[in-house]
Amino acid sequence: MTHISVKVDGTTYEDDVEPRLLLIHYLRDRLGLTGTPIGCDTSNCGTCTVELDGTAVKSCTVLAVQADGSEVTTVQGLAHDGEWTALQRTFHERHALQCGYCTPGMIMAARDLLREHPHPTPDEVRHGLEGNICRCTGYQNIVRAVLDASEEEVTA
Amino acid sequence: MSETVEREVGRARYRKEDAHLITGQTNWTDNISVTGLLHLAILRSPMAHARIDRVDVSAALERPGVIAAFSGRDVAQEMGSLPCAWPVAEGTVVPDHPPIAVDEVRHAGDPVAVVVARDRYTAADALEAIEVDYTPLPAALDIEGALADGAPLVHSDKGTNRCYDYRTSDGDYAAAKAKADIVLTRRYHQQRLIPTAMEPRAVVVTPLAASGDFTLYSSTQVPHVLRVLLAVTTGIPENKIRVVAPDVGGGFGSKLQVYGEEVITLMLAKRLGRPLKWTETRSEANVATHHGRSQVQDIEIAARSDGTLLGLKVSLLADMGAYLMLLSPGIPILGASMYPAIYKMGAYEFSCTGVFTNRTPIDAYRGAGRPEATYAIERIMDDLAAEIGMDPVDLRRHNWIRHDEFPYTTIAGLTYDSGNYEAATDKALALFDYDKLRAEQADRVEHADTVRLGIGVSTYTEMCGLAPSRWLGEMNYAAGGWEAANIRVLPTGKVEIITGTSPHGQGHVTSWSQIAADVLGVPFDDIEVMHGDTVLASHGLDTYGSRSLVVGGVAVHEAARKVVDKARKVAAHLLEANEADLDFKDGAFTVKGSPEATKTIQEVAFATFSSHDLPDGMEPSINAEHVLDPDTFSFPHGTHLCAVEVDTETGAVHIRSYVCVDDVGKVINPMIVEGQLHGGIAQGIAQALYEEAVYDEEGNLVTGTLADYLVPGAPDLPEFVTDRTETPATSNPLGVKGVGEAGTIASTPAVVNAVVDALRPFGVQDIRMPCTPERVWQAVRSGKEASA
Repeated sequence: MTHISVKVDGTTYEDDVEPRLLLIHYLRDRLGLTGTPIGCDTSNCGTCTVELDGTAVKSCTVLAVQADGSEVTTVQGLAHDGEWTALQRTFHERHALQCGYCTPGMIMAARDLLREHPHPTPDEVRHGLEGNICRCTGYQNIVRAVLDASEEEVTA
Repeated sequence: MSETVEREVGRARYRKEDAHLITGQTNWTDNISVTGLLHLAILRSPMAHARIDRVDVSAALERPGVIAAFSGRDVAQEMGSLPCAWPVAEGTVVPDHPPIAVDEVRHAGDPVAVVVARDRYTAADALEAIEVDYTPLPAALDIEGALADGAPLVHSDKGTNRCYDYRTSDGDYAAAKAKADIVLTRRYHQQRLIPTAMEPRAVVVTPLAASGDFTLYSSTQVPHVLRVLLAVTTGIPENKIRVVAPDVGGGFGSKLQVYGEEVITLMLAKRLGRPLKWTETRSEANVATHHGRSQVQDIEIAARSDGTLLGLKVSLLADMGAYLMLLSPGIPILGASMYPAIYKMGAYEFSCTGVFTNRTPIDAYRGAGRPEATYAIERIMDDLAAEIGMDPVDLRRHNWIRHDEFPYTTIAGLTYDSGNYEAATDKALALFDYDKLRAEQADRVEHADTVRLGIGVSTYTEMCGLAPSRWLGEMNYAAGGWEAANIRVLPTGKVEIITGTSPHGQGHVTSWSQIAADVLGVPFDDIEVMHGDTVLASHGLDTYGSRSLVVGGVAVHEAARKVVDKARKVAAHLLEANEADLDFKDGAFTVKGSPEATKTIQEVAFATFSSHDLPDGMEPSINAEHVLDPDTFSFPHGTHLCAVEVDTETGAVHIRSYVCVDDVGKVINPMIVEGQLHGGIAQGIAQALYEEAVYDEEGNLVTGTLADYLVPGAPDLPEFVTDRTETPATSNPLGVKGVGEAGTIASTPAVVNAVVDALRPFGVQDIRMPCTPERVWQAVRSGKEASA
């Protein structure tokens, strides 16, 4: 067991974890932060994307011990006082989700994309979301949502 | 009351479903946790076919944290065979399908043993300690090969790999063929696909030992069907099992089952008296969740040289995989009525042979039989057009059912109620700029451009609204096709809809609210829709096959009408008027000619709740249920056009533009309809260009993870231009037709037709799906050689 201290969505947690415990399982099974789901076991689908110290990571490729001393943001940490972020709102307005399983990862990946490219072209959005698979929307409305958000705020 | 409230039906309402999904307040099955929860992990066969000589779980049991471990033999008596509900042809061979293999494994991924442990890591680790001795057996891996003399038998006790033979025909095909100027024969292949819902399957069972009750949460499309089948399979009475489908992360047909894992989790929770969870990994999903398509299609079409179709003959070999799942035999037969598509012809012969192979079982995948049928007819229509030197759009126009000919009974025996192929096609051609693209195509040929342009068309129809129960009975399907809706107006005037449909991304909560809001005249936001729980919705037949709106949505409409009828009686009583003298508009009953004499439906609801003054003998309720069994199917249609650029030097295919005009009848929510189309088109393109479940010669699934199985990402797909025409269905009061599978059905042939069209100058007639760069490059190369 290894002791870790991680700040997740604004709350600091102190825990003893097995060194092999994946961050996604730590978030879901230990902290009960189940807003971030798991879609594969090869880091191909992106549903488990969260922010680690401000950068989008697939939390199935990060060990919980690697997050020691870091700050993690999940989709559950985005809305404040019931106010959605621009991306949450544009995903809703553009019907950029159907089953919604990929949505947390998509939104987290899109945040990263907009930080790197505040005003992306449609192609840049598509390439920026290459690591996140959606099986419902055909991506078109996701691309629209990200473009809409990019017109509103630099950090969405 | 003179103001007109905007109607909800037809409005692009934002979805009520989204709020919890975009904030992560979700209720996926794997999120469910209860005190004392144990985790189940499954050991799966690494071989396609083998005898199980020994399973020893004792070493696994010694591991700390392991609570129990079982082989198939340990639990065989408690679990019956997994059911097949659709033995479609007389004499269909239905083999035993134990939830955990007992004597023999029949595909890579077949469950062999299970471990129950304190947490998922411990359970997964303990699988490694289970010892299994296998004697490998020869495997039947190929659809055609499995039928050859001396082929290894998937089920040796059955003595054959032939599951069934099904035939149907109308008209005299031999005579039609004799009259034909041209007879084309083609063989098309439907590759095996992995449905790949983003959420892998999961099951949680919480037992209540004292009462013998169980709650089973499952990532399922069919909680009601599942409950019945769990009862049948386990012997636990149906009224002791509550099935809940919480948030479900996509299905596409793959969650339309009673799966072995659901039965295993239930029975082990019962045996151990502890709550139990099983969550599939993606690697498991790829071998253990049913696959789709997998057919060899031999097609023959007879025509006159002017393009007039005379007859069609279809013979299929349909892969069942190693076992029959719930609907496996019936899926290819769902397509039997669809091969003649939108075309008039005088004769039709259809036959299908179901074949067992040592591969993952096949069952419904988005479109279920209809994409396969549409692909074959739309591909051969293009080949015929090329053969007789006619534009492929003109060939279709020459043969299709004209708008003034509806209702029209096809040679396959279906009566299409309404449609307008002319309008949809004309609109699509204009949006696509067809003539200009054809000119550019010719220009590129003339200049021997290494990048060629191809244009593909697909004019499809499908049968939605599965299904009239009587039709299903004639097709030997065990269940009906009805759907239930229950509407209750609460004392405060708020409304609850309980639907038997079980959505997993389709937006039923929003659409059903829109439907009911209009009929009841209550605000959209005052309506809640509840679903996916067999305690809430006592009966239903769930969500698959684009049936939800056409059956379930129409049931909501009819239940709402019944509510208004009951409310009218109460209002008439309260207003001391005759029912016939009441107008009902925008949620209020008004006495004709006396605008001040009015009762809103909310006032009626409260009056019914208080019950102080109701008509004599009236039950104090304005709730209503409607169970709708449709008389017939609905037939959405559309025209999809695709332009591709094919690099003849690299084989790369780039979709340059994609345009479709669909006619799904009356549209409830255009935003949701468009979203369904986008997703469907993407899945159809995926079949055309990217996806295939590949096995090696040993029967191992090579595409066992998402690293190997290529689900397209955002850069792989184009912008879709979608538009619509609206020809209401005449077979239901809402005029709706269904949309969930339309895009998938239409897009695959449009894309492959485009790729082949680009390469016809090289003598290319067909490219097997998926049209990968290598296959395209090989086709160009062999075509060039052939013409050299």
